[in-house]
Amino acid sequence: MSVLDTSSDNALAPRLTLEGPLVLQSGVSLSPVTIAYQTYGTLNAEKSNAILVCHALTGDQYVAGAHPVSGRDGWWHHVVGPGKVIDTDRYFVIGTNVLGGCMGSTGPKEINPETERPYGLLFPVITIRDMVQAQARLLDQLGIEKLFCVTGGSMGALQTLEWAHRFPERVTAAVPIAGSYRHSAQNIAFDEVGRQAIMADPEWRQGNYLEEGTVPTRGLAVARMAAHITYLSEPALQRKFGRRLQDRENLTYGFDADFQVESYLRHQGSTFVDRFDANSYLYISRAMDYFDLAEENGGNLADAFKDTPVRFCLISISSDWLFPTSESRAIVHALNANAAKVSFVEVESDKGHDAFLLDEPEFHDTLKGFLDGAARTVGLDDGAQGESA
Amino acid sequence: MTDTPSQLPAHDEASIRVDLQLVADQIKADSRVLDVGCGDGMLLAHLRDTKHVDGRGLELSMARVSSAVREGLAVIQGDLEADLKHYPADAFDYVILSQTLQATHNPKEVLEGLLRLGTHAVVSFPNFGHWKVRLALLLTGRMPSTPTLPESWYDTENIHLCTIKDFLSLVDELGVTIEAGFALDGNGQKRSYKATGWLANLFSEQALFVLRH
Repeated sequence: MSVLDTSSDNALAPRLTLEGPLVLQSGVSLSPVTIAYQTYGTLNAEKSNAILVCHALTGDQYVAGAHPVSGRDGWWHHVVGPGKVIDTDRYFVIGTNVLGGCMGSTGPKEINPETERPYGLLFPVITIRDMVQAQARLLDQLGIEKLFCVTGGSMGALQTLEWAHRFPERVTAAVPIAGSYRHSAQNIAFDEVGRQAIMADPEWRQGNYLEEGTVPTRGLAVARMAAHITYLSEPALQRKFGRRLQDRENLTYGFDADFQVESYLRHQGSTFVDRFDANSYLYISRAMDYFDLAEENGGNLADAFKDTPVRFCLISISSDWLFPTSESRAIVHALNANAAKVSFVEVESDKGHDAFLLDEPEFHDTLKGFLDGAARTVGLDDGAQGESA
Repeated sequence: MTDTPSQLPAHDEASIRVDLQLVADQIKADSRVLDVGCGDGMLLAHLRDTKHVDGRGLELSMARVSSAVREGLAVIQGDLEADLKHYPADAFDYVILSQTLQATHNPKEVLEGLLRLGTHAVVSFPNFGHWKVRLALLLTGRMPSTPTLPESWYDTENIHLCTIKDFLSLVDELGVTIEAGFALDGNGQKRSYKATGWLANLFSEQALFVLRH
């Protein structure tokens, strides 16, 4: 059973409805569009200390602090908070739930005003660009013209790059972490496995499960299990689980979760379905598949960042095989072709893609050093601390 | 990109190493600089803080890149022979290659590459024509090991060592202009290359040239 009843209460406030429709990349005009967001810290008088933190496929606006649905810490609590790398005593941090998400923003599980029923598959296919356009409109309405920084890992990195590409004048610094300028064939392949698992679940009901009172938990859990493997690394899995057995001395000669790694993945799957919507998973993973900044610029990625004034810091994880370092390096080369201000570090970690969510001192020091440097150059020094404290 | 030698003394705690200071002295304020093999970014930070230089750095060692980025510098991890080609022509006023030319696979192409990216190239290298090097080979019959070039032949990254004379002949072949040249003795004391003439090739442990295309 799902506890994902977020449409009718105020648990996910604040939310803001965009003025006027949002014209999507597909040409569809979507209205109304509501974006749920969270903020941390205080916007200074000059409105110059805002950092937009973009979430990954299954993340949300709860960057730090307790999550109202899961009760767990926000997904980037190691990084965002008072005195932390992204110091909320100094910066004003904004987290939004992406368009198409399931934590309060307009998405397939919200009510379609035309039918007064959940959108389901009537929700239009959205793209990373659409997500970013919605965020930009939200910031317009919040009166924030320019972001000191946009950052995020994984799909958050895709949004960060789209921000820097689409709105270079609105971004001082961009930090795409463990990301790419396009989804590779392997990325699309894994996403397709996830989508097929969801759609193969009879409880999915052609996407109408909310109306029919079912939940495709099995399919969504399998999607999560497959994806979760891609977020880790072979050495990390081996170290954490090896071939150790789960609560038993001997093999059972059956198909129970004999191995700890099986039990772990089942747990990952089953807790995920309590906090995520299956159709949202389809839509958001599709948005990632469609992302290709090079293709959008005539096949030349460098043209996506022509004469960019944005300061970039690219960070990759050495053991990440979902968004390997080579992808970040390709972006660095494209930025070099524009003689852009770019820093690039590959963080040594054997923990795989998800290392960006973990307590990784080298990664944190790099991010903090870059932000401090960028803050100095725009005159956003520690003096801002007094105003926002 | 190799370690820059640490044998040269610094003036005091507050300043940078004398060889780096000499490089810094060649750079005009407010210029655009690419430091190839920038290490932990000491020179770039110095140029940023004292000359308001808009700097970029390229460095092979990830640990040093990390320290540089932590200093707020625009430094990327990469290999100069693979990565310089991605930069556009004339993107910089100065491209610095400090104590690294001798460790590249194709020094000639590297020099040409530097002068494609920048109006000026500031290049320093250890002088293999120094008398201690010559004498060591003559007397011991083995590859010379000196304070400036301490590694054994089998573990040195310096695969294309040259003398000042060799370098000048290459520069001549490339048809580029030498704007300034300095010879450094073992204490890091500089002399104008022109002032010391041919003796520089015998008595200098290091050399630094500012080239212009």
